[in-house]
Amino acid sequence: MLLPSRLTELELAANQIRQDIITSLLSAKSGHSAGPLGMTDVFTALYFEIANITPEKRDAEDRDRVILSNAHICPVLYATLANRGYFPREELSSLRKLGTRLQGHSNNHFRPELPIETCGGPLAQGISQAVGMAIASRTHFQANEKDKGHRPTWQTWCLMGDGELNEGQCWEAFMLAGKLNLRELTVFIDRNNIQIDGFTEDIMPLEPLANKFKAFNWSVIEINGHDIQSVVSAAELAKTTFENPTVIICHTTPGKGVSFMQNRFEWHGKPPNAEEGQIALRELRTLAGQIKSEHE
Amino acid sequence: MNNMLHPSLNPHLFSPQVEKIPTRNGYGDGLLELSETKPEVMVLTGDLAESTRVLAFWKKYPERFVECGVAEQNMMGVAAGLALAGKIPFVSSYAVFVPGRTWDQTRVSVCYSKSNVKIAGAHSGISVGPDGATHQALEDIAITRVLPNMTVIVPCDAEETRKCTLAVAQMQGPAYFRFAREKTPVITTVQTPFEIGKSILMRTGEHVTLVGCGPLLHEALLAAHELSRDGIEAEVINMHTIKPFDHAALEASVLKTGCVVTIEEHQVAGGLAGAVAESLGRHHPVPMESIGMQDSFGESGEPDELLTKYGMRAKDIVLAVHDAILRKQKNLKR
Repeated sequence: MLLPSRLTELELAANQIRQDIITSLLSAKSGHSAGPLGMTDVFTALYFEIANITPEKRDAEDRDRVILSNAHICPVLYATLANRGYFPREELSSLRKLGTRLQGHSNNHFRPELPIETCGGPLAQGISQAVGMAIASRTHFQANEKDKGHRPTWQTWCLMGDGELNEGQCWEAFMLAGKLNLRELTVFIDRNNIQIDGFTEDIMPLEPLANKFKAFNWSVIEINGHDIQSVVSAAELAKTTFENPTVIICHTTPGKGVSFMQNRFEWHGKPPNAEEGQIALRELRTLAGQIKSEHE
Repeated sequence: MNNMLHPSLNPHLFSPQVEKIPTRNGYGDGLLELSETKPEVMVLTGDLAESTRVLAFWKKYPERFVECGVAEQNMMGVAAGLALAGKIPFVSSYAVFVPGRTWDQTRVSVCYSKSNVKIAGAHSGISVGPDGATHQALEDIAITRVLPNMTVIVPCDAEETRKCTLAVAQMQGPAYFRFAREKTPVITTVQTPFEIGKSILMRTGEHVTLVGCGPLLHEALLAAHELSRDGIEAEVINMHTIKPFDHAALEASVLKTGCVVTIEEHQVAGGLAGAVAESLGRHHPVPMESIGMQDSFGESGEPDELLTKYGMRAKDIVLAVHDAILRKQKNLKR
């Protein structure tokens, strides 16, 4: 369990990350809003608490691998990395601009300065690469005779969207991971129920999602994706206990923290305009009006 | 005339009993050689271990082998992930699937991410035969050579395929190489040099340049042999690397000969002919004819029947040479 003081720290970090997402989208004037805000708590838990990677050891061979498969939500990745100390927060305003490291879809051209392992964009490509990295970790582990019987060299964490699961390639990857009992791999799915054209169950129904994974020989954990303690506990369970790949289905509210974006699929793929951005920032700074003494 | 041939070529090249080996065997042999010296080499297949000749590697190193099932798109991504974690993965399937079915994965997970993935496309060309058009890869060179960061190689026989397999493991970055299903003549020997990006002058001549790749180079050499009887001396270039392209060797040859015939088991659009035309157009335009698929699909049939029907035999090359020389002499434009 996280100490109450640590939990508060992480929650405050998540709030700052949400504000930075809005600020960078305002600067970029294009990009996705709902997904990044919805996954902020999971990203905070992953980069601040769960994954074994730090800005101090960016190129460690045994670092955990984090793969963002639905790379269109990269504003949350960038804001999280900046707040984690990988680069100055000021750089976030370069999102999507000519010459930036913060490309419209995250890429690996600036590794190891930026801990981004691969290029994302076309959906489902990330999960296959995550499977490859998890297999590499196992192979690496088997190659070292002295390590036999110990845990794998690194854990691979893959982040995916629920709309992404429409892609057939995802299920090819899930099948292979299940066949190999690939416990070195853990997947977080952003179950926010929206995709570009509407609600997931209208566009291409996914339920019963948990049962589909179980049928593919995966362990399944369902959590509230805004409860940082739940995210951390689920990741711990996946990494240390289960003997097959684990999917953590994170039930999230798209656009979380900004009232007019929450649960509205229209906000999947567009940024706020200047006025909407100011309202969004005020809501985040005042915790939706609970804090009265805002000074700007 | 044999003194104009590259001295390292198979001395029985023109014998009707010339030894024939499927080029894919060279891939399997190359992998086994690599497996001993490079522990980071891994092999993936999509339910085609035997026909892509990776079965021996699988048996020898099961922990370095990933059987991905009939799921090529995922296989390409898994290979990219392995490569980004320091392995050297060889993706083994039919060329119609890798890169055919997996072009998006090849573009993003492999080329854009600069993953050190080696893609082995088996059963390329029309000589795949009875399986018919769906399984005859005739567009794979075109769709790979347009991808940034990609190297594209077409070995001409089993020995060159073996050398190619070793060479791509030494280089850093994505590479695609293709090989054929059927037994084809052994053209080169262990002594024949092989360096990625450096073509081989197989025969010298001054009247026409034959630029070929893959097993059809045997037909090109037969054609040159026949033309020689009529006093036409053809230069034969083995352009095994389509990308990066050996502009210098091609230009040096056409400066001397003044006309070109390209030869490949591939669509004439976008493949070797495309690369030659782009190069000559920029550096030294000359009359050019092309042997290959003329914008059509293949069909079922025996390999020899298909190569004859679609005009890829020595006699077709001879006719194309006469056309090219005629255009050169009359300075004709089409």
